Amino acid sequence: MRNVLTIFRREFVSYFTTPLAYVFIVIFLAMAGMLTFFVGNFFDRGQADLQPFFAFHPWLYLVLIPALSMRLWAEERKSGTIELFLTLPIRMTEAVVGKFLAAWCFAGIALALTFPFWITVNLLGRPDNGVIVASYIGSWLMAGALLAIGACVSAATKNQVIAFVVTAAVAFIFTVAGSPVVLGLLQGWAPEWLIGAVTQISFLDRFSAITRGVLDIRDFGYFVSMIIAFLLANAILVDLEKAE
Amino acid sequence: MLEIRHLVKHFGPLVAVDDVSFVVPRGEVLGFLGPNGAGKSTTMKMITGFVAPTSGTAIICGHDIGAEPIAAKRCIGYLPEGAPAYPDMTPAEFLGFIAHIRGFAGREAQLRIGRVVEMIHIAEVLHQPIETLSKGYRRRVGVAQALLHDPQVLILDEPTDGLDPNQKYEMRKIIAAMRPDKAIIISTHLLEEVEAVCSRAIIIAHGRLLADATPAELARRSRHHNAVRLAVAGSDMSQIQAELLRLPAVASAKTIEDGEGAGLLVFPRDGEDLVADVADLARAHRWQVSLLRVEHGRLDDVFREITTAPLALTSLPDAA
Repeated sequence: MRNVLTIFRREFVSYFTTPLAYVFIVIFLAMAGMLTFFVGNFFDRGQADLQPFFAFHPWLYLVLIPALSMRLWAEERKSGTIELFLTLPIRMTEAVVGKFLAAWCFAGIALALTFPFWITVNLLGRPDNGVIVASYIGSWLMAGALLAIGACVSAATKNQVIAFVVTAAVAFIFTVAGSPVVLGLLQGWAPEWLIGAVTQISFLDRFSAITRGVLDIRDFGYFVSMIIAFLLANAILVDLEKAE
Repeated sequence: MLEIRHLVKHFGPLVAVDDVSFVVPRGEVLGFLGPNGAGKSTTMKMITGFVAPTSGTAIICGHDIGAEPIAAKRCIGYLPEGAPAYPDMTPAEFLGFIAHIRGFAGREAQLRIGRVVEMIHIAEVLHQPIETLSKGYRRRVGVAQALLHDPQVLILDEPTDGLDPNQKYEMRKIIAAMRPDKAIIISTHLLEEVEAVCSRAIIIAHGRLLADATPAELARRSRHHNAVRLAVAGSDMSQIQAELLRLPAVASAKTIEDGEGAGLLVFPRDGEDLVADVADLARAHRWQVSLLRVEHGRLDDVFREITTAPLALTSLPDAA
């Protein structure tokens, strides 16, 4: 636990020693604002809720989360510090969890900084704050699942650009899995169970259910289990690929 | 304190390390020699638990690196090849991170960091990002990191690479000072370093351990060992050469001309001591001797001889 905290702190601080942290936060807030007000018609809808705000999160994350996760392991492998890091007396799980938590907490900070939206809707009307809290939690969990995917991909390459592109592609598949486009491709030839399974893995479906106020513990649980599964895969991949 | 048992590493069809075994007791500085790609770094990576061996294992202070990796890694201080360190951190932050991971906090951590900073002389760059440091300083930060927890086993992959001659001298002094209560392995390309700091040397090539002896013993295998360098003023060299060859202890004699001037190099039969015989001969013939010196073995000769020997020869032990 102590080691997780030490690794977490090192990783977390390293986001802020480069401009990455500031660029990320500024762009995340600016794009979230623009999408909500101009594309999401926040005012014209005449409703005091944050649905247009949360609706764009999966798409924002698709571009921004890979930028956070790409360096996690690829940078260590490229610079050779992974050899130093993994010959310290730490467990692989501590290393994987410490790094992941640093990225996830950073994403959490960026998300928390959108609080002015929440204040705004409360000034304009009487939104269902319970749903907003649930949506924030859901959004953070979805970011976590995407980061876990990204960490896993980052462990498989030395090249951060490849890590970014592959993570974005995998994240896209998970995000849109349940959309009519994907299902249309499968219909007619794929067995029923496969179509069912593909619908089930969709991040978009589960997240929009949460933001609409349909709170099902299984949707939250899904994101948590995705995090755990990809972090396990991450640990295995690091072990296999570290010395290549 | 450190025991390597039959380490083998295959990378696909390539055999990088082939059945390497040795023991390093406390008080020993083991020089790890070999051409590039001989398997030195791979062996070190296996000892420190970074790479899993195909077979065999390393026992560090009684802990098997495969079975008890955490306990084993606690006993090791390791400078990996190229001295990697997080470029965005300063040495102070970096050493602080290592201290925390090694289980030191607060005052204890500060004391330990202070001690290695003074020992390795990195105080003046303590608060500059590591990416801005010179190669020599980076190397020293890497060594400082390995010494922080005062480990019983120290494994340094090219600790003096990139250091200037003064810094090299300093680093060797530091290694020599730590020798009594540690088991130390250093890998190096510098044979003079082996003679300066190592109490034992291992030569590996093609993944095989080809020699394991003290530097002096290795040097004795050189044909230059106990050879006599002779320079005579105003005499016919070929005549002297002929006289020398008549001595029973002399195997061969050749004329050489180098920075020291012209002279003869007389090689003994079976490494025998022949300087007395040569001196007697010179006295009997009243040669005007301007130089008479016993040569010591040259480690680089031995190194070249051992590492460039045909592979078939080196694999003889297998057939036996």
